[in-house]
Amino acid sequence: MNTWLRRLGQATAYLAFAAAVGWLSARPAYAPIGPDQALVRLSFGHYGARLGECRRRSAEELSRLPPNMRATLECPRERSPIRVHLELDGRRVYEAVLDPSGLSRDGPAHVYEKFVVPAGEHRLRVFLDEDIHRPQGEYTAAARAELAPGEVLVIDFRPARGGFVFYHHGKAFDGCNGTDCDRG
Amino acid sequence: MSGRVRRASERALARIESAFNAAFGNECNPVYHSGALTIYFFWIVLVSGIYVFIFFETSIFGAYASVERLTHDQWYLGGVMRSLHRYASDAAVITLLVHLGREFVKGRYRGARWFSWFTGVPLLWMVFPLGITGYWLVWDRLAQYIAIATSELLDRLPLFTEPMARNFLLPESLSDRFFTLMAFLHLLGIPIFLVFGIWFHLLRVSGPRVNPPRRLALGSLGALLLLSLLLPAESQGPADLTRVPQALGLDWFYLAIYPLYDLTSADFLWALLAGGSLLLALVPWLPPVKREPAAVVDLANCNGCGRCYADCPFGAVTLQPRTDGRRHPLQAVVDPDLCTACGICAGACPSATPFRSVAELVSGIDMPRLTVHRLREATAAALHRASGPLRVVVYGCAHGADLSALARPGVVTQTLPCIGNLPPSFIDYVLRRAGADGVLLTGCRLGDCYFRLGNEWVVRRLAGTREPHLRSTVDRRRLKVVWAAPVDSGRLVAALNEFLQQLARLEPQRDPVPPPARVAGEAAR
Repeated sequence: MNTWLRRLGQATAYLAFAAAVGWLSARPAYAPIGPDQALVRLSFGHYGARLGECRRRSAEELSRLPPNMRATLECPRERSPIRVHLELDGRRVYEAVLDPSGLSRDGPAHVYEKFVVPAGEHRLRVFLDEDIHRPQGEYTAAARAELAPGEVLVIDFRPARGGFVFYHHGKAFDGCNGTDCDRG
Repeated sequence: MSGRVRRASERALARIESAFNAAFGNECNPVYHSGALTIYFFWIVLVSGIYVFIFFETSIFGAYASVERLTHDQWYLGGVMRSLHRYASDAAVITLLVHLGREFVKGRYRGARWFSWFTGVPLLWMVFPLGITGYWLVWDRLAQYIAIATSELLDRLPLFTEPMARNFLLPESLSDRFFTLMAFLHLLGIPIFLVFGIWFHLLRVSGPRVNPPRRLALGSLGALLLLSLLLPAESQGPADLTRVPQALGLDWFYLAIYPLYDLTSADFLWALLAGGSLLLALVPWLPPVKREPAAVVDLANCNGCGRCYADCPFGAVTLQPRTDGRRHPLQAVVDPDLCTACGICAGACPSATPFRSVAELVSGIDMPRLTVHRLREATAAALHRASGPLRVVVYGCAHGADLSALARPGVVTQTLPCIGNLPPSFIDYVLRRAGADGVLLTGCRLGDCYFRLGNEWVVRRLAGTREPHLRSTVDRRRLKVVWAAPVDSGRLVAALNEFLQQLARLEPQRDPVPPPARVAGEAAR
């Protein structure tokens, strides 16, 4: 083949290669959610209730223990699974019984779920039962939020703050009681 | 892959390679050097990465700003280096996939070659995480997207007690600890494993091509530099965990799994990745095939000269201390597990000369399936039967053009596992002793030998630059060499016709010198 034709062929190959690299390294653009959608994330870790009652050790029992292990209460390690559900605009979109973590089932149960929702106003209600065997330790919270396209609403559980916390724009905001949320 | 599909794929690939051969020449064909180019691109990634790292702040709160400063305040060097870092990584994926696909289509993963294929699969599991963690470190919106998606994917595995994705739940959840781990993996952890992985991958390849030809290396670097200047790599805005990134400029070379994850589920993706990797790793045994018998050493004829050791493309021959008490210090030893039965060793053996006057020609190292003795006898018998004004012997390789297209009176064809299997003395022999008017050698295209080095060794042996030489007294006008892939049959036929015309113009061959009386049991000196 003619030298110039060969060089032209090489230049074409190099340019095509560079073009393929350049194009596919950032194109076509990809949108993880639609232009009129937003996201709700539900995530937290929470210890279920202990399975069994704690027992107070007697003075005799305590004296038999090494000094560094003389805890007054002896509690069973295993935790109850927790029950969680989330309602979105009156519809239950998530419901699960989550097992405690750890080989001894003594760790917190975790949840991480995401829900793509249409942008706009939404009513949310979230429920947690930390003992599926007995009616105790129930938490519930509700919120109403106006989500713009692409915005993320986070539902976390912070025991120090009394239970569920909703975050919008990265900031915690107060939920509403059921009546307020259902109104309008 | 069924035989028909494979042949169609091979033909298509050969035509693509033909186009590159026309432009670049066989010696610089980028498809032939796809493996070496992949390693070369990683060298570019390494050098550019070291430069970028000098200015990079390994902190989730400073990373984005440091990359932005490098990209914009120092666009002429830092920006170019960043772009080169990205584009060379992408280019490496292209050449890696070409390399993998090409070896698959050409069936170069079976038998003793399983090792290189098998050890190549874990490399994929290193290359892609290396790219993913690199994008993570920029900590822009793209990094945010892949960090969360990767965490969600990893959370599906029973690895972590607490969901990793919770690290990216809220801006206040972010911590440097996790980011530092990513930086460690990208900068040191994965690259170290990758280097060891490449070493393993090439362990059973003798004299591997790890560097592309200089012209190709410079051309590729030039193309990536031009791309870096015209289309600099840029970040996509600082990460913002309060929003879902939209309209991301996704690097489809490394990040295509994420849209697939969005479309399906973590379970589906893990099943696909694990199943696909397992299937890929098991390809050499699907379906199982009977291996060709390995080369055999005959110590009585082996003087430990080391030519087979030097020529074996797969390191199957080693030289070890003599075990039979003969005066030569070394002997050739074949490891059957590594032998691909190409026969290049037999072609290199000085005792494989057909001029030896023994009834049973036994060479120091030989192929059980087609010994040099049988080759000599078959050639002589076929020439004896051949009719026609001119008698030509065609020695061809089983992986090159089909020799059946050359059938015509006076033309004798002999198919060898590899053209490197032919001792050069056979050319001399058939011209001087067996009464042939010409010899045509054909094998895989130059630079694309099925057994890596066979045709390269033949070229050097004929040129007298590699032992065993073709004697200089052999009339080169009666020898033609045509490198032809299966799709080049037409070209091979045309070359034979041209060769026959050329031979017809030459003065007739003298009557062949009859072979001397053969002596049984002659040993190599």
